[in-house]
Amino acid sequence: MAEFIDLVLLAMLAITALRIIFLKDLFAVVMLFGIYSFLSALIFVSLDAVDVAFTEASVGAGISTVLMLGTLALTGRTEKENQHSSLLPLVVVVVTGAALIYGTLDMPPFGAADNPIHEHVAPRYIEESPKEVGLPNMVTSVLASYRGFDTMGETVVVFSAAIGVLSLLGVRRRKENESAESGLMEHRVLHVIAKLVIPMIILFALYVQFHGDFGPGGGFQAGVIAAAAFILYSLVFGLPRAFAVVSPTVLRYLAAFGVLLYAGVGVVSMLKGGHFLDYNVLAANPISGQHYGIIIIELGVGITVFAVMLSIFYAFGSQAERSDIK
Amino acid sequence: MAVLDIISSILLLLGVFFGISGAMGLFRFPDFFTRVHASSVTDTLAAMLIIGGLLLQTSFDLNTAKLLFILLFLMVTSPTASHALAKSARHGGLLTLPESRSDQKES
Repeated sequence: MAEFIDLVLLAMLAITALRIIFLKDLFAVVMLFGIYSFLSALIFVSLDAVDVAFTEASVGAGISTVLMLGTLALTGRTEKENQHSSLLPLVVVVVTGAALIYGTLDMPPFGAADNPIHEHVAPRYIEESPKEVGLPNMVTSVLASYRGFDTMGETVVVFSAAIGVLSLLGVRRRKENESAESGLMEHRVLHVIAKLVIPMIILFALYVQFHGDFGPGGGFQAGVIAAAAFILYSLVFGLPRAFAVVSPTVLRYLAAFGVLLYAGVGVVSMLKGGHFLDYNVLAANPISGQHYGIIIIELGVGITVFAVMLSIFYAFGSQAERSDIK
Repeated sequence: MAVLDIISSILLLLGVFFGISGAMGLFRFPDFFTRVHASSVTDTLAAMLIIGGLLLQTSFDLNTAKLLFILLFLMVTSPTASHALAKSARHGGLLTLPESRSDQKES
């Protein structure tokens, strides 16, 4: 039964991907990308990888759809006709695909118990992490403690993405009298519902942030969900009022602050006589040290992701508002 | 327990039926507004029925509360989304099918 569900989901994934290739209307393509992400999230759920599914649903289907729509508002919604011959790309794709399929021939059989992935570090994490880290959600233990360096790298990648986008686009602040039309000012139903829903979304983000040690969730998902709440606010009430709540300058400091908080935990653990990001020395008891460290670095991740996502949206949104004026 | 199981499966099946009929309406109806109508009404109903069916499968614990929250959230957001969609389509100048037909006759 489970295999049947997987097959149906994978087939739908393939159909969506094919449709994306052949469609010329970019608006529909963005929507199909959202569906694609949701389908992959479902596949991850059926593979029992709920943390990954959660990230895929919130980042892939949620934020990136909004950001791509923001891009479309700048670039227009139809794809340009391709003038080049498509022979060379076809050859490249066929050769690459053939090489990849040839590579899969050497892979161990799917789902076999003696695959390398089941014999290397995974058993050690499963056996030792309850004693060494003591978190019920082992994914968070691996992500934040055993692989703390990698996660810090990911946070820095997110941060540098913000630097890239902001240096290319920049956030334009407009004067109050210029932007009377922004937002859905006439839309009373949306106003009421947004006021009702936004606090719930922020509460949920905080739950995901601080409950990530016990259930699926963590800094990345929480940051994205919190950013979604503010994006909803600025879509409904207009960018100027969103700037009044969280200004782009504050976001820039917050994005840097999250990374610094993460790295700061590492520096403090060095000062206390351990290695970089060795949480055992943060408290008298190694397990409480691990808990402190993980909660603080997850908070750093959440702050950075929130600030980066929101400032990228600000950058796109303020440019799109400007390009409306003709 | 068996009675609850039967009620829950009836609710789930009804939810699936309304979900599918909403999808059919989305494909078969002639213009934007009827399509939004089909999908929004049945979507909300299908979500309520399916979550209601799932609620009966829980053993009254944290999962029940989570499902109730999801139900509340969907009941608020799903009609709002359809309303916003229809209203912005209207705002952008999209006509219903009878309106566009009468436009064509006049011109």
